[in-house]
Amino acid sequence: MATVELRFSALPEHVRTARLVAAAVARRAGVDEAVLDEVRLAVGEACSRAVGLHQSGGVTAPVRVVLTEEEKQFSIEVGDEVPHAAASHGAPGADGVAADELEPEEDEMGLAVISGLVDDVEVRADEHGGLIRMSWPTASAAVLP
Amino acid sequence: MDLSLSTRTVGDRTVVEVGGEIDVYTAPKLREQLVELVNDGNFHLVVDMEGVDFLDSTGLGVLVGGLKRVRAHEGSLRLVCNQERILKIFRITGLTKVFPIHTSVEEAVAATD
Repeated sequence: MATVELRFSALPEHVRTARLVAAAVARRAGVDEAVLDEVRLAVGEACSRAVGLHQSGGVTAPVRVVLTEEEKQFSIEVGDEVPHAAASHGAPGADGVAADELEPEEDEMGLAVISGLVDDVEVRADEHGGLIRMSWPTASAAVLP
Repeated sequence: MDLSLSTRTVGDRTVVEVGGEIDVYTAPKLREQLVELVNDGNFHLVVDMEGVDFLDSTGLGVLVGGLKRVRAHEGSLRLVCNQERILKIFRITGLTKVFPIHTSVEEAVAATD
């Protein structure tokens, strides 16, 4: 079971809340203080991307953030409900780059930041939606024998 | 924390002092400010990021957009930043090669290409 699960309406103003919650839970889970900035940024990027995808795809479902404290790591999953497979078959407006007010580079830049920041990251997408899974080691994992 | 913006003129440069968090929610405010400055004929901008607590790729996108706009008028966009957590984002995205980044407003204002 997830340690903390968050669902929020796909609105930009809630992304900050997701960042704050993720950083607080990561700290509690024992993620190194020096890495918390990265956790905050990475989860913010993933949530911003999901919000953008929902808005441009006309998806009214909330964005889902699952924070899980495991034995030696802390993981974050950010899920959207935009059917990616359908988008690649040419569904109009569902390709995530339709929002007029976004600079065209933003969606890709978000993923670039995530992959630059996080060593353990997985990006998946299918007809039900997309998922970004990231994890960081916790203090207990760093203990030397 | 919200975004704070203030502008002042130093010689032929316009300094935009930014404070708070630049993210998907607040970045449109910064974009509006930069667009307005360029529309009003300010083509040499210095963006002072010393008061910025958080910057994400949406913010980077706005800065790149600002750079494109001033370059269309043969202008410049320089950044002032000493914070490692912010500089790191410019480094991992390769944008340190795109933006001149200075350690003080004085240095940025005095800089020429």
